[in-house]
Amino acid sequence: MSKKDKSGQSLNQIKASTNFVFNLVFLILAVMCVIPLLFVFSISITDEEVLRINGYQMVPQVLSTSAYEFLWNERLTILRAAFMSMLVTVVGTMLSIALNTSMGYVVSRRNFKLKKIYTWMLFIPMVFNGGMLASYVVVNNILKLNNNIWALILPLACSAFSVTICRTFFRTTVPDSIIESAKIDGAGQFRIWSQIVLPISKPVMATIGMFAAFGYWNDWFQASLYIQDTKKQTLQSLLNQMQKNIEYIANNPYGGLSLQEYKLGMPTESVRMAIAIVIIVPIACTYPFFQKYFISGLTVGSVKE
Amino acid sequence: MKTNEMSGGEKARIRKPRKQRWSKDDTELFLLSLPTLLWFLIFSYLPMFGVIIAFKVYRLSPGGHGFIYNLLHSEWAGFGNFSYFFTSNSFTMLLRNTILYNIAFIIISASVAVGGALMLSSMRSKKASKVYQTMMFLPYFMSWVVISYFVYALLTPERGYINGIITAMGGQPVMWYQESKYWPFILIFLNTWKGMGYGMVLYLASITGIDPSLYEAAVMDGATKAQQARNITLPAIKPVFIMMLILDCGKIFNSDFGLFYQVTGQLPASLYTTASTFDTYIYNAIQSSAPIGQTAAASFFQAVCSCATILLANWIVSKIDNENRII
Repeated sequence: MSKKDKSGQSLNQIKASTNFVFNLVFLILAVMCVIPLLFVFSISITDEEVLRINGYQMVPQVLSTSAYEFLWNERLTILRAAFMSMLVTVVGTMLSIALNTSMGYVVSRRNFKLKKIYTWMLFIPMVFNGGMLASYVVVNNILKLNNNIWALILPLACSAFSVTICRTFFRTTVPDSIIESAKIDGAGQFRIWSQIVLPISKPVMATIGMFAAFGYWNDWFQASLYIQDTKKQTLQSLLNQMQKNIEYIANNPYGGLSLQEYKLGMPTESVRMAIAIVIIVPIACTYPFFQKYFISGLTVGSVKE
Repeated sequence: MKTNEMSGGEKARIRKPRKQRWSKDDTELFLLSLPTLLWFLIFSYLPMFGVIIAFKVYRLSPGGHGFIYNLLHSEWAGFGNFSYFFTSNSFTMLLRNTILYNIAFIIISASVAVGGALMLSSMRSKKASKVYQTMMFLPYFMSWVVISYFVYALLTPERGYINGIITAMGGQPVMWYQESKYWPFILIFLNTWKGMGYGMVLYLASITGIDPSLYEAAVMDGATKAQQARNITLPAIKPVFIMMLILDCGKIFNSDFGLFYQVTGQLPASLYTTASTFDTYIYNAIQSSAPIGQTAAASFFQAVCSCATILLANWIVSKIDNENRII
């Protein structure tokens, strides 16, 4: 059987020349996706003086760790921002998993009386939302979460899309018989959810958790709206802030400062790129391992009921 | 009440006794869902009432009351805020930019994703295909702030890589952030680049789900690779394609804010008319002290249009091919 499959496949294989062209195309595309990272890294380890004279080079002419030393000297700011990013990511991810899976479980129960209402409740936000301003007003003026890290966590904690992924997963992979027998044994729904359903639903938790973790780690938008206090900045908003500074300086070359002050006060080119590297490395190191959960989430999400 | 009407026949009669009474199970499930329910009420449904802001002239009333009190005691503006927005100079420019960019994004991203997935699925070495997928997925996980640094490294006039190459070849350096004519291409390129891996993997997942015996039968009948792609693969990925299309159409009045705002370098004046969208307009209005009612009108207009387009796209699909509608 396997032999037949093999011969069938080799019959159906594309020509070697086509295969070569395809490989070449994807090699170029793949390199295009990765190479900016190398550029940024190369800038971050190039000597500042060389950058100023020769511009950015693909391969650094004079190596220097001064950017990373600078970050180390500024470690109070950097570590505080890194800590904030981690805190938001960890708390947010856990909250997100809890909120999405609990709702997903509830709507996956076929004889829950409010199921119809809940389905509508989840459907409407997919089609209509109050818009950016209204969300801003709710967080800023009604909940008064300005300069509060919950403003970074809560608005991203849940989504109808993630709840739908959970519901589909629970419907298709958790057998009703397990839940029924737990009920007969006297377990309440909370216990069934936390001690029976969740432990056998690790793939969907990984999917939801990964969506959430990358969302929180990469978030700069909420931070730029709600966080003005420099002590509560995340890494992304620090990076964002530094870009704003350059733009400000670029638009007003001297901006009231002498050239000397401006050069001293401005974060150097290599330092800015070094911070970008600090943000990217944790993502670049983890996403290949989580990719399979991510893909399963995409495919589960695209299955309609 | 509605549920009883909906379920018909024998099934309903068997389940009816169970359905009538609110059981302990229902209470427990309700309590379990309560935190998420509250989240949806606060973060999804409360903003919907923000619609009112668009019809008001928001004023702080004396006495330090809360936002809602002030809002309810503000004067009604009728459609004043809307007519201000519609007649402002920016409106047609924003509408044109947002829609045209989105149309370009949808067409190019979809073709790249489907084409790429077809090519990846037919590659001889599955291992190489996996490596390419992983590498192409990387930009998807980068935030626009980080990508704006990539772009800055390439485009910054004095030191950037691109100008370095141009001058090395004897050309004149380009002031990228001041030349609006290049930006439609840059923005479209970046959007494609960032979403490429995601799109290909999405379609590839549904291609790998196709029953291999279909291809075996096609080979027996002497079908070429191109015929197989047209008659087996493309029809098989049609549902996913249509679903993505409907979802994308729903976002046609929205824009990826980071792309238009961060990558252009906080949208400088030189690029304002080229890269402004509804989202950057609303964001700028929030950050400045523009009257909140006028901003809300812009925001509300965008939300209503999004809702209308997603329903319209779904309706059109249901007319053509009822099986593939998503709602």
